[in-house]
Amino acid sequence: MPDFIIQWLNTHDVFTATTMLHYWDGLVTTVQLVFLSLLIGLILSVPLAILRTVRNPFVSGPVWLYTYIFRGTPLLIQLYIIYYGIAQIEGIQETFWWTIFKDPFYPALLAFVLNTAAYTTEIIRGALEATPHGEVEAAKAYGMSWFMRTRRIILPSAARRALQAYSNEVIFMLHASAIASVVTIVDLTGAARDIYSRFYAPFDAFIAVALMYMALTFTIIFVFRQLEKRMLRHLKPLS
Amino acid sequence: MLDLHGYGPSIMKGAVVTVELALLSLLLAVVLGLIGASSKLSGNRGLYAGATAYTTLIRGVPDLVMMLLLYYGGQVLVNKLSDFLYYQFDIDWFLQFDPFISGVLTIGLIFGAYMTETFRGAFLAVDSGQIEAGKAYGFTRWHTFRRIMFPQMLRHALPGVGNNWQVLLKTTALVSIIGLTDMVRVAEQASKAEHAPFKYFVPVAVVYLLLTAGSELFIRWVNSRVSVGVVKGD
Repeated sequence: MPDFIIQWLNTHDVFTATTMLHYWDGLVTTVQLVFLSLLIGLILSVPLAILRTVRNPFVSGPVWLYTYIFRGTPLLIQLYIIYYGIAQIEGIQETFWWTIFKDPFYPALLAFVLNTAAYTTEIIRGALEATPHGEVEAAKAYGMSWFMRTRRIILPSAARRALQAYSNEVIFMLHASAIASVVTIVDLTGAARDIYSRFYAPFDAFIAVALMYMALTFTIIFVFRQLEKRMLRHLKPLS
Repeated sequence: MLDLHGYGPSIMKGAVVTVELALLSLLLAVVLGLIGASSKLSGNRGLYAGATAYTTLIRGVPDLVMMLLLYYGGQVLVNKLSDFLYYQFDIDWFLQFDPFISGVLTIGLIFGAYMTETFRGAFLAVDSGQIEAGKAYGFTRWHTFRRIMFPQMLRHALPGVGNNWQVLLKTTALVSIIGLTDMVRVAEQASKAEHAPFKYFVPVAVVYLLLTAGSELFIRWVNSRVSVGVVKGD
């Protein structure tokens, strides 16, 4: 570390090297949790969104029910049900699943994945249903099979339309991840709560963490803006 | 019938607290949103910068962090102010910053920022010819706002306000974390005491689902009423 930072840390009561390390651990946990839930959620939501657009109600109905329930209830309740509920399943404490799920990180990850997958499914469904019919007809005219036109034409086209809404979902997930701290996970908010209770310094502890979240949010916004520039280049007005 | 071991009535009471909290926060959010949108559209640079700083700040910070800051920090500020008033002016004044007040303030503040964007878009969607017509009739600015802009803006704002309301309703669950006895907190305490998480959290989830589904129907109904004179398919 540069000398002036060390000097500043030495003169400050709350922001010492120890608390900074605590914040750093929290930052790593938050980024891991959010990134993994978004990644797994996205992978799950693409097939779910395709199923959701199928005309047969026995196929699309269950997906609709899943997204309706997960979007209609608070994430905090979903987290509590999964976190407290898993430990109550008969006999789980003897199986190998318990070695995974006794760490609060994994129940939280499961709750976040199910929640973000529900929202993302609906975002992708909206984009899929807005596909111009001419694109599908053109693909059919070229003799593409269902699989090929979905992979080459419909999904890439829908991805462009979904990008804007998905960037909001990513930011929403980052902000929602703050509730992981209520199930004893030391994420950024958890670190701030620890530091608050150790020093009784609400402003230092929470404003510092708010700034870190802001930095993360604006990084995400910047990345998505670059992505939009690349993916929507063909829609840019000339000159 | 569902056996909640005597926790049923307190969960019901908690549900009432949740609804009260949500409605009061919505009121604050709408007021802040109207002020924010008017500032952004006022053409005054200072007001515009202020409103933009407000919406940017809110978008960057998680609701829970904001709530913790306001709940713990707000009390410290109030205590300092109360001490100051007592020693300087001999005024004995004190405000307990309880979870309900902090919750309403935080949620109102956060959704005020989202409402600002909703109302701004809605104001811009009103045909500018309408404002010119108002001017031509010799209306003052305030008159144009109240009689022409505001009623026409409402129709455009409604879908956005509805979405914000649905998110707001679910955000109220967070206030249980700072100790408000809403239905989430009651369910948490009951499930810890009885070691039966599903039994208490699932009914609470169902109440939330009913609230969001009910609001969805209500918003659809209001929307069909305010769009009576609008030709579809434009």
